[in-house]
Amino acid sequence: MIPTISTSHYLILAAALFCLGMFGVLIRRNALVVFMCIELMLNAANLTFLAFARARGDDLGHLSAFFIIAVAAAEAAVGLAIVISVFRARGTVNIEEIQSMKH
Amino acid sequence: MTSAIVEQVLFWFFAVFTIAAASGVIFARNPIASAMSLVATFFFLAGIYVLLWAHTIAALQVLVYAGAIMVLFLFVIMLLSLSDHGPVMTFSPTRIAGGASVVGLFVALTAVFRKLPVTELSWTTDPAKLKTFGSIKHLGEIMYTQWLFPFEAVSLLLLVAILGAVVVAKPRI
Repeated sequence: MIPTISTSHYLILAAALFCLGMFGVLIRRNALVVFMCIELMLNAANLTFLAFARARGDDLGHLSAFFIIAVAAAEAAVGLAIVISVFRARGTVNIEEIQSMKH
Repeated sequence: MTSAIVEQVLFWFFAVFTIAAASGVIFARNPIASAMSLVATFFFLAGIYVLLWAHTIAALQVLVYAGAIMVLFLFVIMLLSLSDHGPVMTFSPTRIAGGASVVGLFVALTAVFRKLPVTELSWTTDPAKLKTFGSIKHLGEIMYTQWLFPFEAVSLLLLVAILGAVVVAKPRI
């Protein structure tokens, strides 16, 4: 008997992807790479939606994933614009050197 | 029985390569290499989406993520011409605590998801539903009737994002 691929396999894959993205956000210093890691986390959310959509036989989850993709596109446009303007003002995208609002 | 084996093989293939490419995003030294790893992640994830019978979303994933968003990323990386110097990651007590808490989160999530009951996909016996599930026709029907308001809200959001990007990135308006 071959164990079939169940919903929990997909959910554990999504959890791994989310945790990898979160690890990158916490550990990397380049603001652009931090952005890419946020995209990874958004994709993990998408994967969860699609896994539950298949488990329930209800493709409204596909629409949620569609809207997440649209929001991710908007987020990338604004976020990258912010990175460009920060680079113009400070000459760096290293998040450890951009801390004037921290203190 | 053969279809179960095929599903197994494809799932593990795509899952292993998704995780490997995602690790590449985090651990690559050069931001360009990170971006290319991210493109690879999106392609392998699209394979996983097809396994979940979400072929429409898989196509959108490749078109929008790998096509549009990553081009934007590569554009910005090359525009800034970042030279990478210094260590890729730094280790301070707060960062180590953050990394450890991520590992803890993963262990907790895995423990919960492993306990999910394995249910048969009972709805797959309905041939009419099987035919429309995840098809672009059915998704379009729902999107333009039941989910019309969120759809229009997203179009407004994209417009605001375009304006915001122009306002933020332009040196003088």
